[in-house]
Amino acid sequence: MRAVTQYARSLLARLTDNKVGRSMIRHGWAETNRNRSLVVFSNFFLHIHPVKVRLRAIAFSQTYYLGGLSAVTAILLTVTGLFLMFYYRPAVPQAYHDMKDLEFAVSAGIFIRNLHRWAAHAMVALVFLHMIRVFFAGAYRPPREFNWVIGVLLFVVTLLLSYTGYLLPWDQLAYWAVTVGTNMADATPVIGPKIKFLMLGGNALSENALLRFYVLHCILLPAVLYMLVAIHIWRIRKDGGILLPPASEHDYEKRSGKGYRFEAGRAVPDLEVKE
Amino acid sequence: MSESASTFAAVKGEDSQRDPVRLLVVQGEARPPVDATTEPMVMTVPHLLLRELITLLAASLALVLISLIFNAPLEEIANPEKTPNPAKAPWYFLGLQELLHYYPPVIAGVIIPTLVIFALIIVPYFDVNLKRKSLFEANSGRTMAYWWTAMILVSLLFLLSGKHPVWPIAGCVWAVALLASFGAAPKTWGALGRWSAKKSLAYWVFYWFLLTTTALTIIGTLFRGPGWSLTLPWRDGIY
Repeated sequence: MRAVTQYARSLLARLTDNKVGRSMIRHGWAETNRNRSLVVFSNFFLHIHPVKVRLRAIAFSQTYYLGGLSAVTAILLTVTGLFLMFYYRPAVPQAYHDMKDLEFAVSAGIFIRNLHRWAAHAMVALVFLHMIRVFFAGAYRPPREFNWVIGVLLFVVTLLLSYTGYLLPWDQLAYWAVTVGTNMADATPVIGPKIKFLMLGGNALSENALLRFYVLHCILLPAVLYMLVAIHIWRIRKDGGILLPPASEHDYEKRSGKGYRFEAGRAVPDLEVKE
Repeated sequence: MSESASTFAAVKGEDSQRDPVRLLVVQGEARPPVDATTEPMVMTVPHLLLRELITLLAASLALVLISLIFNAPLEEIANPEKTPNPAKAPWYFLGLQELLHYYPPVIAGVIIPTLVIFALIIVPYFDVNLKRKSLFEANSGRTMAYWWTAMILVSLLFLLSGKHPVWPIAGCVWAVALLASFGAAPKTWGALGRWSAKKSLAYWVFYWFLLTTTALTIIGTLFRGPGWSLTLPWRDGIY
């Protein structure tokens, strides 16, 4: 087994340690702490995280990974949604016929649609549970106030994504659920009818509304969601990591006894510029 | 002296004696984060990254299994002429739709959701009790009088303002009022009292919000049938 691992590593090293590989990833294979920190420093996606995290902060029991799980459902929804877009036309009655095609004609079409549907339900629930967890941890308090606000906005965007997506199959369920919602918007004082007209692209729920909901669902709202999620995660790092309850030295010993191996080396040279 | 040398050399400036400036101090145990801790730290790569990957795989696996077993609903094609009874929104909006039963659309559909979102946004700026002192910590007798007066007024608001008395919300107000009150006498009420005595006002307001949204959503999802009449899911099924 060890020989196999070593062979795999040397193979990987040979693949990355050349002119082309070095042009993409400048540091070598992440076997030293220096390289492990360079992975985070120099990777566009990973630099959203700090180089080092507190051991307690990454324990499942601390957060139940609810934020991470919400992000995972968002990724799953993007991937499955892209697949569904290949087979879907936002028009009446083609939209409904495309759903039937996905169900009966397209290979694995019904599976992808199921995955998209159930992941969407899961995302609404997970985002809400994440908000509850964060509230009870008291993590909305300074210095994390604004990240809480971004989180609330993300919850709203999640609901809007669910709502716009609900219309797209153009079946009875979709049509009347969305009607309930647009009638509520209609009740807004003074500007209600205007809002409803803007949402529907007309006075009644028709093909115009389907196109609008489709564009919002596939372009605008996902773009806003991804942008806010990026800021949301990046700000965790900027606010000094997630909020942890104070713990005694005894707790550290107890937890670190679980077979964790601490890297002895330091991530960055310990320089501090003064004056 | 420096002109003939092939590499550079450090030279003392003319003003070094007049204006001594310390450039940097090299320290052994200083850490970049704002709040330096003695906590055990681990490298993000691989420790956090690995956990993230496992989360991705585990959640994907669970959703794939669900999707292999359960099919997403698809009814007949949309027909504006044929209104189903009841016409229900997806489950996460049924709390709001349940509110439509009690209040006109402008209150249930516009004002209340806007207020809830607004309240959630201002939570961190409004919380004056940052240390989360428990509700009955100081002067519990007077706090108790204020607390129940406020709770009765709030529940009356919900019982009298709608087309029908809003029992789900008023009931949650009383439940939270009662739960909080155990905290005034933790010694009498044992574990329940000790749990309750630790909670601040912010907690109780949030408990009430959670209890209310859950109650309204469950009623709207399971207990409402044609014409939004009360039904029993075990007798009439789920609409």
